[in-house]
Amino acid sequence: MIDVTINGKKQLCAEGLTLVELLDSLGMTSRAIAVEINQEIQPRDTHSQVEVKDGDILEIVTLVGGG
Amino acid sequence: MTDSILEESSQPLEGTPGVDEFCIAGHTFQSRLILGSGKYDSFEVMRESFEVAETQCVTIAVRRERLHDSSGRNILDFVDPRLILLPNTAGCYDAETAVRCAKMGREILRGLENPGADWVKLEVLGDSRSLLPDPIELLKATETLVKEGFQVLCYSSDDPIVARRLKDAGATSVMPAGSPIGSGLGVINRNSLQIILEDLKQGDPDYPVIIDAGVGTASDVAVAMELGFDAVLLNTAVARAAAPIRMAEAMKYGVKAGRLAYQSGRIPMSRYASASSPEVGVISKRQR
Repeated sequence: MIDVTINGKKQLCAEGLTLVELLDSLGMTSRAIAVEINQEIQPRDTHSQVEVKDGDILEIVTLVGGG
Repeated sequence: MTDSILEESSQPLEGTPGVDEFCIAGHTFQSRLILGSGKYDSFEVMRESFEVAETQCVTIAVRRERLHDSSGRNILDFVDPRLILLPNTAGCYDAETAVRCAKMGREILRGLENPGADWVKLEVLGDSRSLLPDPIELLKATETLVKEGFQVLCYSSDDPIVARRLKDAGATSVMPAGSPIGSGLGVINRNSLQIILEDLKQGDPDYPVIIDAGVGTASDVAVAMELGFDAVLLNTAVARAAAPIRMAEAMKYGVKAGRLAYQSGRIPMSRYASASSPEVGVISKRQR
């Protein structure tokens, strides 16, 4: 297992997961999300190649009402 | 008589008769009302407010993972896909965070194939109480995002020099606040706003300048449009009105009334009266 921080919360996740696999495991399958790893935006078409590493800090965001 | 008034008012002084559109980044809008999607009591009220207002562009915020509201529903299911979504960077207090937020908004909108994907309503705040922008960070973020290929619509203060610097940095539109966000104080500093309009539109009359924030009711919107703004962006004034859908309709007419008045060339103000009825042939003795 590796340590990752997702939206400010530390959690354990399996080693060797791609971003797609991690998002699937979190139930985040919507098209309306964007992911940043260590403050770098991860374009959608790269999600299946990007591997989540120990210590990664992820931000997973979506759209909400706002002005 | 009625007909001639109608004819006159449907013919704008500028542009094609009967057509009154404006353009942001090559995209043409018939509606000059941009609405925010925050603070509504329900998605249903929001959706109906958008419909009644006949808006073509709505702002939206980027936040951590809360895809669903408390009942498990997605806001996007309540937004007509024909509307341009304008993602904002609300809540960002430095250029770096605002740039990250803009990139995340763009990434989401690209996935949705929304035409507003490269657009951002750039907010870089300087103070949580007034929610006024930090002009230094705002300018920095604008420069970065323009380089990154964004169409940057800048929420700005009413400072004419800041407005000019933002336009010079490549902002697609400068959007000065009429008054603090959500305050309902209306258009406070007409003089500065008129200087901004004059300056940014000098030699570039189609450059879009939009009033963003502060309006409380339809007359505030009309005032902004009478000054010559291309559009009004508002959220709280509709979303928190006692009857939001009705207020959305009022705002639609406020924008139209103000725009028509602007195009009609208002009379100059005068300290004294000017009689509307003929002064000759009066049957009574003139009184002083």
